[in-house]
Amino acid sequence: MSSSAGLRLAQAGLLFALFALWHVLTRTEILPPFFFGEPLVVLDRIREWFVTGSIYPHLGVTLLETALAFVAGTVSGLGFGLWLGLSDTAARLLDPYIKALNAMPRVILAPIFAVWFGLGITSKVLLGVTLVFFIVFFSVFHGVREVNPTVLANARMLGASRAQLLRHVYLPSATAWVFASLHSAVGMAFVGAVIGEYLGSARGVGYLILQAEGVFDINTVFAGVLVLTVFALALDKLVTVAERRLLRWRPADGARGSH
Amino acid sequence: MTALQLENITCRFAARGGLHVAVEHASVTVGEGEFVSLVGPTGCGKSTLLNAAAGLRRPDGGEVRVFGRPLAGRNEHAGYLFQGEALLPWRSARDNVAFGLALRAADPVQARATADDWLRRVGLAGHGDKYPHELSGGMRKRVALAQTLAVNPKILLMDEPFSALDVQTRVLMENELLALWQQDRKSVLFVTHDLEEAIALSDRVVVLGAGPASRPVGEFAIDLPRPRDVAEVRLTPRFLELHRQLWDCLRDEVMKAHATGMRADVQ
Repeated sequence: MSSSAGLRLAQAGLLFALFALWHVLTRTEILPPFFFGEPLVVLDRIREWFVTGSIYPHLGVTLLETALAFVAGTVSGLGFGLWLGLSDTAARLLDPYIKALNAMPRVILAPIFAVWFGLGITSKVLLGVTLVFFIVFFSVFHGVREVNPTVLANARMLGASRAQLLRHVYLPSATAWVFASLHSAVGMAFVGAVIGEYLGSARGVGYLILQAEGVFDINTVFAGVLVLTVFALALDKLVTVAERRLLRWRPADGARGSH
Repeated sequence: MTALQLENITCRFAARGGLHVAVEHASVTVGEGEFVSLVGPTGCGKSTLLNAAAGLRRPDGGEVRVFGRPLAGRNEHAGYLFQGEALLPWRSARDNVAFGLALRAADPVQARATADDWLRRVGLAGHGDKYPHELSGGMRKRVALAQTLAVNPKILLMDEPFSALDVQTRVLMENELLALWQQDRKSVLFVTHDLEEAIALSDRVVVLGAGPASRPVGEFAIDLPRPRDVAEVRLTPRFLELHRQLWDCLRDEVMKAHATGMRADVQ
C-alpha cells in the first residue's frame, strides 16, 4: 500500500516539476510566453472559469456530447460486433465496407455532419460515435471468434439454445473485450466532441479554445486543453471502476481469465 | 436395453491434401447402467466417437441410437465432461453448477439448493461463492462434474476428464466418480488413453485401433468385483492379468500409430 502511495507522490512530483520547468522557461523568456503561455496565468484562467461559473455551460455541453457519443458508440459497436462475429455470411458480405469505413479519416466527416445535422450537439455526437464505434466493434468482433470452444460445447450440452448461448456465453465474454477497448474509446469520444465544436459551434470547450486562438490568447487555449485532459482522465477512471465491479470474476494479477 | 448404440460410424475431416478419415465403420454399444471405456493410441478418433455420441458432430456414415431412437441433433439424454476447462469463468462455482438448471428455467431458489447439494457431494461445500480462477484444477474438475450431474443425465460421456490432474488428485477423483456412479448407475462412455484407469473404472473396455480409419479391435469384460477402490484394485492379480491381456491387444496398435506418425513426419 505504501509503495502505491509513494508512486502517487512521485507522479504528482513529476507533474509539479513539469509545470515548474514550463514556468521557468517562459519566465526567463527562453521560450517566448506569447507562443508558449504562462502556467500561472493558465491556472488563474481555470480558477476564474470555475469561480465565476462561466465554464459550466461549455463544459456541460462537451461532457454531454462525449457521454452520448461514448454510450451510443459502445452499444452499437457491441451489437454489430456480436452480429458480425456470429454471422459468417454477414461478416463476409460487409467486410470490405467495414474496412473502408475504418480506414477513412473520419475527422473529415465533421463538416459534412455539420451540414447535415446543423451546429447543435447531434453532429458532434455522431462524429464521436464514428470514432468510438470501430474501436469497440473490432474488439468484440475478434473476441466473439475466440470464445473458448470447450465452454461453448459445454453450454450446448447442458441444453443452451442459440439465444441462451448469446446471453450466457457470448455476451459475458464480450464484456471483457468491450472493457479492454473502452479506455481508448473514452479518449476518442472526447476527440469527436471537441473536434466537432472546433469546426463549428456556438458552445463547448472546443468552441472556447477556437475563440481564444482567434485572438492569440494562448493561455486560454492551454487552460481549455488542461480542463479537457482532467475530465478525460476522470472518465477513464470511471471506466476502470466499472470494469473492476463488472469483471470481478477475472484473475486480478493480469493473467488472462477470459479464455 | 442399450442406452447408446454407435453403429458403423464413419467420420471424415477435411485436412491438408484431402480428406482424413478419423473412424470408419466403428460400432460401440453401452448398455443401461454400464460403464464402458474406450482406449486407444493417440489420434485414433476416440474423441470423435464421443462427439458423435453427444450429437456435437454428425457422423458422415452410420447411425447413433439413444435408447433405441436415432439421434438427430444434440443428445438430450447425455451429460458431457470435457477434457479442457469448460466452466463459465464469470459464474461462481454455485452458479456454474446451477447453470444447466437455469437453462431449463428451474426455480432459482430450488436450483441454488440443488447446486449447493451437488457441491457438497463432490466435496466442495463452502466453496460456492468462488470463481473458477480461485479454485485449483482438481476443484474445477469437481465443479464441472457437479455441473454435468446436476441436470441428471441418463448417459454420461467423458473425454479424458482427469488427464490434466496430478496422480494423487486423479486417484481421488476416480474413486469419487465411482462412488457417485454407484448411487444411480448411469450409462457411461469414458474415453481415456490410460489403460489402468480404464480397467479400474469400467465394466467393459473397448480397444480402438490405430488411426486413420480406426475401429474397435478388441473388447474386454472387466470382472473385478464392485465397489472398487481404484488404488487398491490395481494391486490384485486379476487386474494385472487383465492389464496384460489388454496391453497385448493395444501394443500393436500403439506401434502402428507410432509408425504412421513417423511416416507423416517424414512427409
